[in-house]
Amino acid sequence: MSSEKVEYEPVIGLEIHVQLSTRTKMFCGCRLSFNDPPNVHTCPTCLGLPGALPVVNARAVHFGIMIGLALGCEIAERSLFHRKNYFYPDLPKGYQISQYDVPLCRGGRLGDVRIHRVHLEEDAAKLNHLGTSGRIHGSDRSWVDFNRGGTPLVEIVTEPDLRSPEQAREWPSLLRTTLRQLGVSDVNMEEGSLRVDANVSVRPAGATELGTKTELKNMNSFRFLERGVRAEIIRQIALLEQGEPVLQETLHYDPASDSLTPLRSKEEAHDYRYFPEPDLVPVVATEEMVAAARADLPAELPAERAARYENELGLNADTARLFAFRTELGDYFERALAAAGGNGDKRQIDPVELSNWIPQLVERIGSDSDPASSNVAPESLATLATMVKAKEVSRDAAREVLTRLVEEGGDPRAIIEREGLGALTADDDGLGELVDRAIAADPAAAEQVRSGNMKAIGPLVGYVMRETKGRADGGEITRLIRERLGL
Amino acid sequence: MSELIELTAAAAAERIRAREIAPAELFEAYRARAAGNDLNAYTWVAEAPPADDGYAQAPLGGVPVAVKDLFCTEGVPSQSGSKILEGYRPPYTATVVGKLAQAGAPLLGKTNQDEFAMGSSNENSGFGPVLNPWDRSRVPGGSSGGSAAAVAAGLAPWALGTDTGGSIRQPAALCGIVGLKPTYGACSRHGMIAFASSLDQAGPLTRDVTDAALILRHTIGRDRHDSTSLEFPGEIALPQAEDLKGIRLGVPEELTGAAGGIEPGVRESFESTLALAERLGATVEPCRLPHAPHALSAYYLIAPAEASANLARFDGVRYGLRVDGDADLITMYSRTRDAGFGPEVKRRIMLGTYALSSGYYDAYYGTAQKVRTKIAEDFDNAFERFDFIVTPTSPCTAFELGSKIDDPLAMYLNDFLAVPMSLAGIAAISIPSGLSEGLPVGFQLAGPAFSESRLLDAAYALERAIGFDGSEARR
Repeated sequence: MSSEKVEYEPVIGLEIHVQLSTRTKMFCGCRLSFNDPPNVHTCPTCLGLPGALPVVNARAVHFGIMIGLALGCEIAERSLFHRKNYFYPDLPKGYQISQYDVPLCRGGRLGDVRIHRVHLEEDAAKLNHLGTSGRIHGSDRSWVDFNRGGTPLVEIVTEPDLRSPEQAREWPSLLRTTLRQLGVSDVNMEEGSLRVDANVSVRPAGATELGTKTELKNMNSFRFLERGVRAEIIRQIALLEQGEPVLQETLHYDPASDSLTPLRSKEEAHDYRYFPEPDLVPVVATEEMVAAARADLPAELPAERAARYENELGLNADTARLFAFRTELGDYFERALAAAGGNGDKRQIDPVELSNWIPQLVERIGSDSDPASSNVAPESLATLATMVKAKEVSRDAAREVLTRLVEEGGDPRAIIEREGLGALTADDDGLGELVDRAIAADPAAAEQVRSGNMKAIGPLVGYVMRETKGRADGGEITRLIRERLGL
Repeated sequence: MSELIELTAAAAAERIRAREIAPAELFEAYRARAAGNDLNAYTWVAEAPPADDGYAQAPLGGVPVAVKDLFCTEGVPSQSGSKILEGYRPPYTATVVGKLAQAGAPLLGKTNQDEFAMGSSNENSGFGPVLNPWDRSRVPGGSSGGSAAAVAAGLAPWALGTDTGGSIRQPAALCGIVGLKPTYGACSRHGMIAFASSLDQAGPLTRDVTDAALILRHTIGRDRHDSTSLEFPGEIALPQAEDLKGIRLGVPEELTGAAGGIEPGVRESFESTLALAERLGATVEPCRLPHAPHALSAYYLIAPAEASANLARFDGVRYGLRVDGDADLITMYSRTRDAGFGPEVKRRIMLGTYALSSGYYDAYYGTAQKVRTKIAEDFDNAFERFDFIVTPTSPCTAFELGSKIDDPLAMYLNDFLAVPMSLAGIAAISIPSGLSEGLPVGFQLAGPAFSESRLLDAAYALERAIGFDGSEARR
């Protein structure tokens, strides 16, 4: 049987456009806006009127340098703007001013993805199309809103380091958190201030050469990004399995049908005829400018935070990242850590134990909610985690306590006492007696355990758990069973 | 009234300050001449003098200025000589025009020009050619042909033009007036409808060197709307040199030799001017600009390349001409641009687009930029030994209308002597050096960047010694 099926590995690179939240546009003094009446924030420069010239927004350069520093890029002492030439109604000058072969930032890394480059450019105006397609072809009438035209953009290009649709969803959220923390953008995908295009190819697992890539556009949420990339990987693998080539093309993702359609070749067959923008002088990033950008960076960026949680506090990588990407979770975690021992409790809190309780809390209050605005005070969660660690309350019982805390708030110790949820121990609560009854009730299981089959211990532990309504600690029960069975 | 017209702008301003004439009187004298002109020098003329808001105290005394069509003037047609912008009235005014108005030189009218400043004869205008006041069967030069003809013919006291590859100096030469191309960056380009952004520079066309100095003084300076503009080091002094003692003039063999194609009459005038300069105390020696002969080739890659992008905005979407295309975007673009642009503009857009195309960029645009750098270095080297480089401004005097329009290369050669300075971004001035067969000849002096005050001084001393009389063109 030649059932030798080739395994394929996806290779994904991302191009992220980020609208900078400067006060004014990239090359003129018009105010940035969203949802204002059309064409009210315009001037000769952003309308491309004859004779109007661009002037670089210093704040946008500052933000660009901040982003470069946050991503560990090398900041170019001298970078250039070019003209990227093409005709389209949303491009009033007939060219976009963008950085080309000498960008503001090169290299860098965020998490496990390398950054290729970061450059500055201007956004196009917004086209609105009347008609069913929502695109220029086949629409009855189109109009242009120049409010958006000239908005400062940073384009971040990654190396093709991503390997799965999940990662294509997760990594941009790290980037988004980072940018949000820098305060350089609203990073809102729905409003278009964060736009992600994906370059996708597949290759036989283990191959070093890259396959033919396609470019995916119009994925306006992280969820659609993941779905679009997944759909494209499946499409490419299916093509290759049928012995057909992948064509290099740009694909438009339709979230409604979860399908990818090629853009008409007219829309993409461009020779952009880049050349240095003669209306601008080179951007010179002086030491002072870089120092000023560095001074504006937050004390700790999400990637650094995740590394600290993982390396210094011993959290697992997923949890560390969750807390770092969702800063409200990280903040709550740290407040709980700091509050531990507040009530004269001298015991050391275990950060790992505590970290396990935050997802539990989030599950109870709704996954998008901020635990800080829940009934559960950080010190209460810290107390609960400490009690679990000290085996003063079993995990199962602690989950019950947490549910109560979410409902009514208060002190977990009081709830445990009131509800009688404290952990049963061998000495004082007849746990040993319950263990004896469990062994008596299922002698066959006991015999198997005795003869070395530890898997058979499950029913015995389960019996005690049921009888104690989860108040007993699983580890303690196991220890007692083994003791009784002479192991 | 004719007495008023005989005054230079500086002299007229002096008379206004002395309250011997009223600004409105001067304005109206020129306005009437401009409106009734038979040279097609204007595309728009003001209807009435502006209200006198203290012109007698203003540095430029209310002496009105004619402005090349391509300068944006708020509410006033600014068409850059192109049908694609016919009737276009911008919502703002170019910085230099605003500065002149501020200094007391109100707008008299807009002058005809080659379309988008592309041409050396003014025959490429979408609004008809301009005639040379010395001989109405001949061209005034270009692209600032309307400005040059208006000043020469006494239809304006002075004018503003732009020079990309000779467009101030060559028409000044052909019309027997003074034309100054300032150092690139000296005057703001904000509001100048662009031809080639890295070369375009505003400058004066005037009856004499003093008038040119006055306009320059009030148009220079860094403008926050133009990133390429620069703070001018020092002030523009009014020229007063009476001789050229100690001044070293270099005559570049590469430009003035056989390759220049200089007409005998022009050469004669040039050589007698050199002799005059020596009598004024200057030394005259040959110098080398080894790469200058390649300037025209480099220029005709760089300028069209930039133009191909600068003119992309004329797409029929927002302003200017629009020819609808059966609801199809691409057809609308093509029809609009086909109908709106003249043949020379189309030729240069094609040239520039080609020069920037993938696969050709390095060979054409890239090489041209290297040549440009070499030419600038040539001038740097020459200026170590010489104060100024001198050449005739144009190889020929004003030529017959229609004689070169079908031969682009012959037309381009008109700027052989002017283009090297444009590529180097340095200052250069053309002054009339005499007549050849009844037609004016221009003498060009080029100095290092920001040497304008010295350059004007030298031009002034020569001007006095030459004693050119341009009054014939004003009759």
